[in-house]
Amino acid sequence: MELILFFITAAIAVAGAVAMLLSPNAIHSALFLLLNFVAISVLYLLLRAPFLFAVQLIVYAGAIIVLFIFVVMLLGAEHAEDERERIAWQRPLGLTLAAMLLGLMGYIVLRGDQMAPVTALNEQFASPERIAAALFTTYLLPFEITAFLLLAAVVGVVVLHLSGAKRT
Amino acid sequence: MVPTSYYVLLSAVLFILGVIGVVTRRNALVLFMSVELMLNSANLALVAFAAARQDVAGQIVVFFVIVVAAAEVAVGLALLVAIFRSKRTTDVDEIHALRG
Repeated sequence: MELILFFITAAIAVAGAVAMLLSPNAIHSALFLLLNFVAISVLYLLLRAPFLFAVQLIVYAGAIIVLFIFVVMLLGAEHAEDERERIAWQRPLGLTLAAMLLGLMGYIVLRGDQMAPVTALNEQFASPERIAAALFTTYLLPFEITAFLLLAAVVGVVVLHLSGAKRT
Repeated sequence: MVPTSYYVLLSAVLFILGVIGVVTRRNALVLFMSVELMLNSANLALVAFAAARQDVAGQIVVFFVIVVAAAEVAVGLALLVAIFRSKRTTDVDEIHALRG
């Protein structure tokens, strides 16, 4: 049962990613990326990570995708890029190298005898309580540092906006 | 039970799709989305390993990755808007002011 659910969700995730790459309109790309993020959040539920499921939906599917769609619409950048290639061999070479990388990764994963099979999962091992306990004891310092990181990001965005506005 | 290697294979496939997006698309916004896809595939592998080892540390790392990704998207999109203001394009091939 769980295996069927995994394959359906994995197919949706891969289809969303492929459609994002192929759609010429940037708005459609953002919406297909949303589909991919939601599918990945369902996989988090299958992996017994309810806290990350919620965070994924709120931060990625909510905030980040909305930000993308806002910027695409603000810039009017949704039109297709022209098909003319500056570097003729760029696309085939990129696809070949990507296929080689995938082959390497697949070989390493499938050969991996050290890959522990998931045995009888303890449903509660990553309950939100456990995550909060780890976050506020063992990982308290990195948690505080993220506050500074977010502050730096906010200040950086404001500075970028101000310096850009002065020039125009 | 789904074997961990299935999750890691799916994560590898999604990562490669992100790589293909970065090397073949030229709209800077779609490049950005491909980078997000790669970050997400790495997160999926981390959560799968956390489940296999019954260890909450992997999920903590994913939490921090999501925080950093949010900050990165905010700054990156602000940079894109600033570039668009001066160059009037989001095509990465048109932005070659540093070409020697």
